[in-house]
Amino acid sequence: MLSYLIRRLGLMVLTLFGISIIIFTLLRVVPGNIVDVLFDAAGFVDPADKLKIEQDLGLDKSIPVQYATWIGGLLRGDLGYSYVSEKPALAEILPRIPITARLAALALLFAVSLGVPLGVISAVRQDTKLDYTLRVFSLAGLSLPAFWLGLLILMAAVALFGSIPIYSAAPKTWFDSLVMYAVPAAAVGLRSSALIMRLTRSSMLEVLRQDYIRTARSKGASDRTVNYGHALQNAMLPIVTVIGVEAAFLIGGLIVTETVFNIPGVARFLVEAIRWRDYPIVQNLVMFIAVIVVLSNFIVDLLYAVLDPRIKLAD
Amino acid sequence: MKPRPEIILPSIDIEAELAKAGANTQGRWGELRFFARRYLLGTIGLVIMIVFVLAALLAPWIATFDPLAVNARHALAPPNAIHWLGADSFGRDVYSRIIYGARISLAVGIGSTLLGGTLGVAIGLTSGYLAGWVDLLFQRLIDILQALPLLVLALVMAAALGPSLQNTIFAIAIPLVPTVARVIRANTLALRELPFIEAAKAAGMSEMRIALRHVLPNTLAPLIVLATAQFGSAILTEASLSFLGLGIPEPHPSWGRMLSESAAEYVRTAPWLVIFPGLAISLIVFGTNLLGDALRDILDPRQRA
Repeated sequence: MLSYLIRRLGLMVLTLFGISIIIFTLLRVVPGNIVDVLFDAAGFVDPADKLKIEQDLGLDKSIPVQYATWIGGLLRGDLGYSYVSEKPALAEILPRIPITARLAALALLFAVSLGVPLGVISAVRQDTKLDYTLRVFSLAGLSLPAFWLGLLILMAAVALFGSIPIYSAAPKTWFDSLVMYAVPAAAVGLRSSALIMRLTRSSMLEVLRQDYIRTARSKGASDRTVNYGHALQNAMLPIVTVIGVEAAFLIGGLIVTETVFNIPGVARFLVEAIRWRDYPIVQNLVMFIAVIVVLSNFIVDLLYAVLDPRIKLAD
Repeated sequence: MKPRPEIILPSIDIEAELAKAGANTQGRWGELRFFARRYLLGTIGLVIMIVFVLAALLAPWIATFDPLAVNARHALAPPNAIHWLGADSFGRDVYSRIIYGARISLAVGIGSTLLGGTLGVAIGLTSGYLAGWVDLLFQRLIDILQALPLLVLALVMAAALGPSLQNTIFAIAIPLVPTVARVIRANTLALRELPFIEAAKAAGMSEMRIALRHVLPNTLAPLIVLATAQFGSAILTEASLSFLGLGIPEPHPSWGRMLSESAAEYVRTAPWLVIFPGLAISLIVFGTNLLGDALRDILDPRQRA
């Protein structure tokens, strides 16, 4: 167990190290840096001014030196300064995290509470009209782009209430804040719920064919006990995996949804920072996302051992 | 010696039995009809895909306007007899732009899936077949690529490469590589142990030849299923990138671009600008998903639900 943990931890650090190199290099091959973007907007370039700003930002140094500076700072908890706002990157990123985290948590809650029961129903009623309908709906859910769904919701809001739900930092009532978060969260979570439903269905069908399910039925256990007590419990393993993976990958949907709903979260911030070539923000945010993904994979693996005693965490 | 009792076979009308089982007995068209009935949803998916491919191929003939033609007098025209699906803020015809947009979506879908698939197959085969340190190296690379969500990696890559069709295809292809590589590697590892590979080795075939001639064809079924799924997500990712302004540049009629951020303003005033491009994206991806599901049932019966 201990050697497994040490090995896993080593691999996680290695992966994050690899990502840091890839992201850093990718950002440096971008044609033009922040200084070019700023001077393009001004329309007038004084080479001396440009050089001075580049020196201030450390952009005149060689790429390995810039990388070492970044990683060195990162290890000390110093993320550098945003090029755009000139505030510490940490101070820019931290306040935006809770907003995105709340959205992600709600989206995941929505996805699980819709996806798992519907998947079970679909499996139990295999090949009925209901199953067929649910399967088509789940495929449709996988096909809708999250940002379009968001736009459709905005459109419905205009048609029903005559206004667009606007994000505010200090919502008046708890109902306002719920709507403010729940609606975008549903737009993001729909796709995940479709994915979870399909996986729950196939995982349940797999289990329902097993001998012990027949045994349970023949000893007179009710449908409810068999389906939820015996089958679902054993079908959970792949479902937990997909939930874990989705938890981290929700960020993709959040990027576009935060943009549509104008929510000042960390996902939309990433896009803004990319547009501005605000390297310190982009590279730190990408690292942050990578840490979340790597950690959630790790947690899923640990959960495996808890859910299925047959799995031993030893290599 | 007693005479053996005569075995009496019940007479079976084979034709009738086959017909009862719903099997094809009427040549090619019958076979097609049989398939369409057996895989109804898959057939619907296939038809949707064919419609989009035809739209892309025949765009110059079925579009009613030049997709880039600006006409200030028709700016924001609602759907009418001239502009079937309305016009955008520059007076460009939405219907024609959607028709031409099919070219971009299909180009990105096919291009990214092929490129990502080829790289993934190359890595997966080498990794699974050669094993050892090569495998270890590729595994770590795959770990790294997989630690970033598709859209995040594509976003950074697209920004790094700059907005263009080729760059968008490349930016989406790379994040597709790890999944293909993993599937192919797992399959290769399983196949390597089978007797027919041993036989090929004993016959003196080179490793390269075995990998390409014997291992690869046997991993084709899961590969096709996976490629269909990736085709759909490539199209969705392109739409998202273009929506965020980091994919296909103006004035090209990318569906995602047509919905770009300003679309939130048109939600109120010009809903047709929001509805139709989004419908096109959803429909083509829906078609892919329907087809993919049927293909999985046909090609990979073990996975059948």
